[in-house]
Amino acid sequence: MKLINLKGIEIIAIGGSVGGIKAVSEILKSLPADFPIPVVIVLHRLRNVPSSLQSVLQHSTKLRVKEADEKETIAAPFAYIAPANYHLLIEADRTFALDYSETVKYSRPSIDLTFESIAEIYGKAAIGILLTGANDDGANGLSSLRKTGAMCYVQDPDTAFAKTMPQAAITSNFGCRVMPLAKIGLELKNAVHQIN
Amino acid sequence: MENHKRIEIGEGEVEKIIEALNRYHGIDFSGYSRASFTRRIQRIADKDANGTFDTLLHRVSENKDYFYKFLKEITVNVTEMFRDPSFFNSVRKNVLPELSRQQSLQIWHAACSTGEEVYSLAVLLHEASLLERSTIRGTDLNPEVLLTAKQGVYPHRNFQEYGQNYERSGGKVSLSEYYEASYGNSIFKSFLKDKMTFSEHNLVTDGSFNKFNLIMCRNVLIYFQKPLQAHVVHLFKNSLVTGGFLCLGSKESLLFSDDRLAFEVVDAKEKIYRKI
Repeated sequence: MKLINLKGIEIIAIGGSVGGIKAVSEILKSLPADFPIPVVIVLHRLRNVPSSLQSVLQHSTKLRVKEADEKETIAAPFAYIAPANYHLLIEADRTFALDYSETVKYSRPSIDLTFESIAEIYGKAAIGILLTGANDDGANGLSSLRKTGAMCYVQDPDTAFAKTMPQAAITSNFGCRVMPLAKIGLELKNAVHQIN
Repeated sequence: MENHKRIEIGEGEVEKIIEALNRYHGIDFSGYSRASFTRRIQRIADKDANGTFDTLLHRVSENKDYFYKFLKEITVNVTEMFRDPSFFNSVRKNVLPELSRQQSLQIWHAACSTGEEVYSLAVLLHEASLLERSTIRGTDLNPEVLLTAKQGVYPHRNFQEYGQNYERSGGKVSLSEYYEASYGNSIFKSFLKDKMTFSEHNLVTDGSFNKFNLIMCRNVLIYFQKPLQAHVVHLFKNSLVTGGFLCLGSKESLLFSDDRLAFEVVDAKEKIYRKI
């Protein structure tokens, strides 16, 4: 197996929609408690209802899962979730900014917006990962990341609960690493062991 | 294929826009958080893409009509009724019973945008038999959104969700008791509107104008940098009577303000505070 290099990587962004909770859990569970890179997760979720997303994800990982707060400094070993009904952006000083503006592709949080924001601030020091979903949110965001030279993973559509999102991302972007969830997790885990 | 080049809005362009808005129109956006603000300007640049950044800058500076259009686009005017039902539920349980001891109630809804939350609050006050003695002042820096708020006419397509939010907030009747349906719109009944007044007010530059028993300002501080947040919380503190309530958005807090010590927490999760 070819080992990837995580040297210089400062953030990992994960997006998904339908089936995404299970898919994200699958990746998070491969990461060790001392994983040195913060993870930012954008999942489409219901609004105006109580949510158990945080506790569900926490069960799958040794990282500390929390909802991103506005102006919070981004740090490891946290896995941050975009809060329901807000867009999640990043400021130049690497703190979170919340935004309650129009939905993008009927979504708030929008995967595109977070990925674009991360591309702008982190450039190729970011990794983007797009998972299962039933619309094409994330494809534009992944393009922004690819343009800055960031490495991107897309879940193999044939293994995804819903194919539309990963398929759209692959169609509109060259050079994404397309593979099943377990392999994405394994690559990240092994890569970390390399830099330690 | 795209013929015109995209106008890229970066740090330098944002600062120029802020300076122009301040110099030509006396509106100060320098304390706004940049991530969201930059995106707003980029959105406008993408829509008005014919030309260069300088033509955009020129129009914003010199053309009044364009400036008002720009102002409306640059500020976020998204809102909904009973957003975060659990918050409104907490207002019913923890705020209104306390307010009911007062003979008359002064309420300020700051940065109320098109007014959906003002009507939500009026419904709550009515159901607690407090509306009769209340005066609700809605303010925003944008005169156009205040016209919508004054009219209380909203597209009916959103009301299925609003009705569900209302029920989750502890509403006992049907939200439709409060409006008339007409040609795809829902028009709020006048007994709710009678208690509201709307006027322009800019939280950045305008001062305190009354003492209030309750101030609501939800999902506004998120767009401000820490010093501006502190400034606005100070303004709210000075505009509240002792024992008055301050309600913020569910992801906002008094964390970045020295005035936090002047408040006690009523509901930490729903961000409800009380001046002590």
